[in-house]
Amino acid sequence: MSFLKIIEEYQDFNIDAFFDRVTEAGVRRAIGQDRLSAMDYLTLLSPRAESCLEEMAQKAHRLTVQHFGRTMLLFTPIYTANYCVNRCLYCSFNAGNKLHRTKLTPKEVSAEAEIIAATGLKHILLLTGESRQHTPVSYIKDCVRLLKRRFTSISIEIYPLNREEYSELSEAGVDGLTLYQETYDRDAYACLHPSGPKRDYIYRLDAPERGCRGGMRSVNIGALLGLSRWRREAFLTGLHADYLQSSYPDVEISISPPRMRPHLGGFQPAVNVTDTNLVQYVTAFRLFMPRSGITLSTREPAGLRNNMTKLGVTKMSGGTSTAVGGRSNGSEAGQFSIADERSVEEMANMLYRQGYQPVFKDWQAV
Amino acid sequence: MPDTLKIGGRELTSRLFLGTGKFAGNKLISGVVNASGVQVITVAVRRVDTSFAEENILTYIPEDCILMPNTSGARNAKEAVRIARLARAAGCGNWIKIEVISDNRYLLPDNHETIKATEMLSAEGFIVLPYMSPDLMDARRLADAGAAAVMPLGAPIGTNRGLRTGELIRILIEEIPLPIIVDAGIGRPSEAAEAMEMGAAAVLVNTAIATADDPVAMGRAFGMAVAAGRMAYLSGPGAVQQCASASSPLTGFLSQEGCNELS
Ligand code: SF4
Repeated sequence: MSFLKIIEEYQDFNIDAFFDRVTEAGVRRAIGQDRLSAMDYLTLLSPRAESCLEEMAQKAHRLTVQHFGRTMLLFTPIYTANYCVNRCLYCSFNAGNKLHRTKLTPKEVSAEAEIIAATGLKHILLLTGESRQHTPVSYIKDCVRLLKRRFTSISIEIYPLNREEYSELSEAGVDGLTLYQETYDRDAYACLHPSGPKRDYIYRLDAPERGCRGGMRSVNIGALLGLSRWRREAFLTGLHADYLQSSYPDVEISISPPRMRPHLGGFQPAVNVTDTNLVQYVTAFRLFMPRSGITLSTREPAGLRNNMTKLGVTKMSGGTSTAVGGRSNGSEAGQFSIADERSVEEMANMLYRQGYQPVFKDWQAV
Repeated sequence: MPDTLKIGGRELTSRLFLGTGKFAGNKLISGVVNASGVQVITVAVRRVDTSFAEENILTYIPEDCILMPNTSGARNAKEAVRIARLARAAGCGNWIKIEVISDNRYLLPDNHETIKATEMLSAEGFIVLPYMSPDLMDARRLADAGAAAVMPLGAPIGTNRGLRTGELIRILIEEIPLPIIVDAGIGRPSEAAEAMEMGAAAVLVNTAIATADDPVAMGRAFGMAVAAGRMAYLSGPGAVQQCASASSPLTGFLSQEGCNELS
């Protein structure tokens, strides 16, 4: 089975007609459920539910404290290459953009890792563009070998792999996989990915599942908000998470709600996703999946991240650079521009001020 | 004679064990320990970071407490065993709470894998305290596998729902010749007292203390409740009466001479 089957079940589902029928009483009933159904979740994503946002936020906060405590896991990305054969319209690394292409040598990976490790972080997310020529799986494995010396948890956010390759990386020490579908809307997906292997919607859709089968401990999915109608994207992301969690109960499934950020190229978001929308999405998802992780990255500005600490988020990045070797040479262009430039120490202090314990280490490869 | 709990060659006067993963600040831990009298603290090995003293949770565990590392994050017996060995290598002593969870939706323990890990680790000389779903046959297997105590859940982790599995735990208390420590689910001091009144050897509390508005005061409340429940258990509480004892509607005729035959 593939999550595609569930997407197809909702192909002709009229979401607007459903939203038209949602009443405030229906929203309150959904908030009050112990275990929400898919339709309860969709009810909480409706425009009508906006008037109950405070109630949703309070329950989201309560559930998160109950299951995760007042803690926040901190991590940071390390970009090791920006070669890419795809032309995703929303990304600076798009093969059509004029950009200095580079990849870190082992020595450079170590130098960058050393700078990050000095901040105390133990969880790292390794990113590259899609280029089997410049950054094949063997290159990723070499990077992992170096990162393992300083970090206890290594996740990857790279091109989709086959199951054997995920197993290979898992055995090499990768315990987490982040892979965003970008958009679940197939028409929008086709327009946004005009060429390159990423055009294959289904191969990408099934990649998180292959990661689960390949031995990943944690799998993080999401849609890039701004590419298509966000309520539908949020709904399908939730269903995707639910599907994976039911099929692979021993894997920690989590989501990210990344919003579009400025990047090289002229593409503008098709949909404006406001702060209110983002809060509605995150709190609705927390009520739908009380024990799943939610990551909020530096795509969001400092003030909003501070305020969202208590709204269901369990993981935040800090001390971020989205450029290859951005911490050691600082001159390259990033994948997108970040909105929260705070260092790890500043993030930790913000969390302490809010009565939260920053967690630097929450896994150790065994 | 003082009432002590003996586990792994240690004698404990406090029967409240403390979990640590959810505190709003690791600095709160010593305050809770002082207020509650806790002597055993469990820490997830996954959180131990010996390279970073300031953020290392072990830095905040008082020295006179017994450290009971746990295998949180283990999905099978093999991972639990590896985590336990890591803990010992990191100088965390030889107590180990086995937690094997292969279900992330409810976080229910995997008894089968837990039994396997218990067997392997007790053979390696660990003092093994396995966390389990209360099941008599599995508890017997854990005892046979060398567990030093058995830790059944009162309700799923983090739910604060209380002693939902009370009847099953009662059976373990009656049948298993090891200390039964109720772990997970206890949300209020009254529920901890109830577990102790039933004859539990101890209770382990995490979420209810760590996420209280005032964890130190809540720790003290739990310490008192556990001691009170234990005292009540030792005092032999009177049997629960179903009806007022003065009347004996069915057997009263036996004591009324001359009236014991229908005429
Ligand atoms: S989003 Fe990824 S695949 Fe697409 S252009 Fe950017 S780096 Fe390449």
